[in-house]
Amino acid sequence: MQGTPRWRLALAGALALAAASAIAAAAQMPPRTMVVSSNGPLRTISAALAQARDGDSIRVAPGVYRESTIVVDKRVDIAGDGDAILDGEHRRQIMTVTVNDVSIRHLHFRNVGVSDLGDLAAVKVVNADRCTIADNTIENAVFGIYLARSAGCRIVRNAIRGQARDEVRSGNGIHLWQSRDALIANNHITGHRDGIYFEFVTGTAVLDNVSEDNLRYGLHFMYSDDCRYVANVFRHNVAGVAVMYTHRVVMIGNTFEQNWGSASYGLLFKEIDDSRVESNHFVNNTVGLMADDANRIVAVHNEFRDNGWALKLMANTDDGRFEANNFMGNTFDVSTNGAQTSTIFTANYWDHYRGYDLDRDGFGDVPYHPVRLFSLIVGRNPPAMVLMRSVFVAALDAAERAIPALTPETPVDERPAMRPIP
Amino acid sequence: MSAASRIVKYEVSDVIRSRWLLGYTGFFLLATEGLLRFGGDPARALVDLTNVVLLVIPLVTIVFGTMYLYSAREFIELLLAQPVGRPQLFAGLYLGLTLPLSGGFVAGVGIPFAARPLNGANGGTLLALLAVGVALTFAFTGLAFVIALRCDDRVKGLGIAIAAWAVMAIVYDALVLVLATMFANYPLERPMLALMVANPIDLGRIVLLLRFDISALMGYTGAVFKQFFGTGSGMAVAAAALLGWIAVPALLGARTFRRKDF
Repeated sequence: MQGTPRWRLALAGALALAAASAIAAAAQMPPRTMVVSSNGPLRTISAALAQARDGDSIRVAPGVYRESTIVVDKRVDIAGDGDAILDGEHRRQIMTVTVNDVSIRHLHFRNVGVSDLGDLAAVKVVNADRCTIADNTIENAVFGIYLARSAGCRIVRNAIRGQARDEVRSGNGIHLWQSRDALIANNHITGHRDGIYFEFVTGTAVLDNVSEDNLRYGLHFMYSDDCRYVANVFRHNVAGVAVMYTHRVVMIGNTFEQNWGSASYGLLFKEIDDSRVESNHFVNNTVGLMADDANRIVAVHNEFRDNGWALKLMANTDDGRFEANNFMGNTFDVSTNGAQTSTIFTANYWDHYRGYDLDRDGFGDVPYHPVRLFSLIVGRNPPAMVLMRSVFVAALDAAERAIPALTPETPVDERPAMRPIP
Repeated sequence: MSAASRIVKYEVSDVIRSRWLLGYTGFFLLATEGLLRFGGDPARALVDLTNVVLLVIPLVTIVFGTMYLYSAREFIELLLAQPVGRPQLFAGLYLGLTLPLSGGFVAGVGIPFAARPLNGANGGTLLALLAVGVALTFAFTGLAFVIALRCDDRVKGLGIAIAAWAVMAIVYDALVLVLATMFANYPLERPMLALMVANPIDLGRIVLLLRFDISALMGYTGAVFKQFFGTGSGMAVAAAALLGWIAVPALLGARTFRRKDF
């Protein structure tokens, strides 16, 4: 500052003061609440948005609103007041959010258009952070809620009901692409292609959602590291749940049930590394958990019940650890296509185990080999499945247990639990 | 009261008085009670019972049935001297054995379950198990009668009966597995299902598989299996074939009985 004329300093100071007071004045301008209703001065949400400033609220009165795609380009809170229906008339996307800090609540979206050129959604958020999409009902949409390049959004308590009939002309209930740090909680998704779909998503939490009766997967993600999935229910989806090409997946307390079919899995891990699978329920699936090139899985305290195959471990899956899981009522406990595996099984409860516990430490004294001879036979020759539970097959299995010749030495549980793990 | 129902009544009371039936019922009572008490939940007890039922009912029925007819030989000859029609007499003998055996089985398995609360799915499985057990009782009694009527030598007849059981319970499935392995490169779905329909024990097993292992059965890609196991058609076909397995030996036995020179 040495040598700067004093008047220049004074001018700079005055300008700074003027700017600051202008900003303060703008900040002090009270946020307004505008009401959209079919008989009021503001008849469309777009009209309200045109007058709105950042920070304003827009209340939408009950009624049916048909207007061209609403572009939310101001930081506003849009909320339905009763049953405010935004109808896309099977022609268009209903709402596009392009700025940060927008919230969309209690609205009822329906009838999104089908397009071969773009993915039309009920609500699409593009390049916008910290949005809140809560308590909405979305019916008959191609894509329900679609986030692209956004961060820190909350998608909570929405009911998303699609009427998808084929995979080509349908989209996903909640679709995230290249987004991070989102929260997806307490949503109910049904009748879409995939219930929840992630691609290039990181640091996101998926909690307490129900995704059922979708055309393909209940949950489907790729390249989405460091996400957590807690207490969700994935039920009766045509192909179950399939997740791929991802590191550090955490799944706790989820339920995977009633996924039947030759290409249907309770949970399919394809190239998933360093995952933690804890306290989940795999019930009534053709295959409970399928691990294909999924390394270093840690699976503890899960329940595998009444599945065709509780667990299919492909030979390219290494260094996993299955501890303290319950295997009950499954037709086959474990099947594998390799001669041995480096995956460790310990202290699991297997209801097919017929060993004894002389030292009374709660764990069987003879190891349990969960791969049965008959599962190998069926693996090589599927139609032989009709012989399941026949006396001859029981005799074969008993003979194989007594003198193992064909079944692999591993997987083996050296300390099988004698009682179900609570 | 017709002659047939009179004979049924007499035969039933005769069979009920024999220690055989008491032991048979007691066996199922003990097995069921034991499995329920020590096996844990009813679902698992039902799975284990399935194996017992599929093994024990055909064996006991076919052995007991042949012995019963041999020991009733003099009684039959006596009655044939009376004005009693042969079909009526055969029906009387047949029902006089099948009804007590079925009753003993249903009571033995049913009573321990009746004493416990049962959910809908397990209840359905129990009904299927009881139905399969009763159907197998009828089918194997018919087979036993055919064997005993065709073969006058008791020892030989008994041998044939046990051999027939061994073939249907064990050897048949072994051969099916060998065939399946030999012709693994061919489309085997239809032949496999046909082979299952051709054996009453396998049929009974398939009916119960549809209740226990549907998750695994649906894992197979074949369209024929999917059609058979995934829709009601599998159950319908299996039930119809089981009825056939009851009707054909019974009719064959009746025919042999009508023409036999005692």
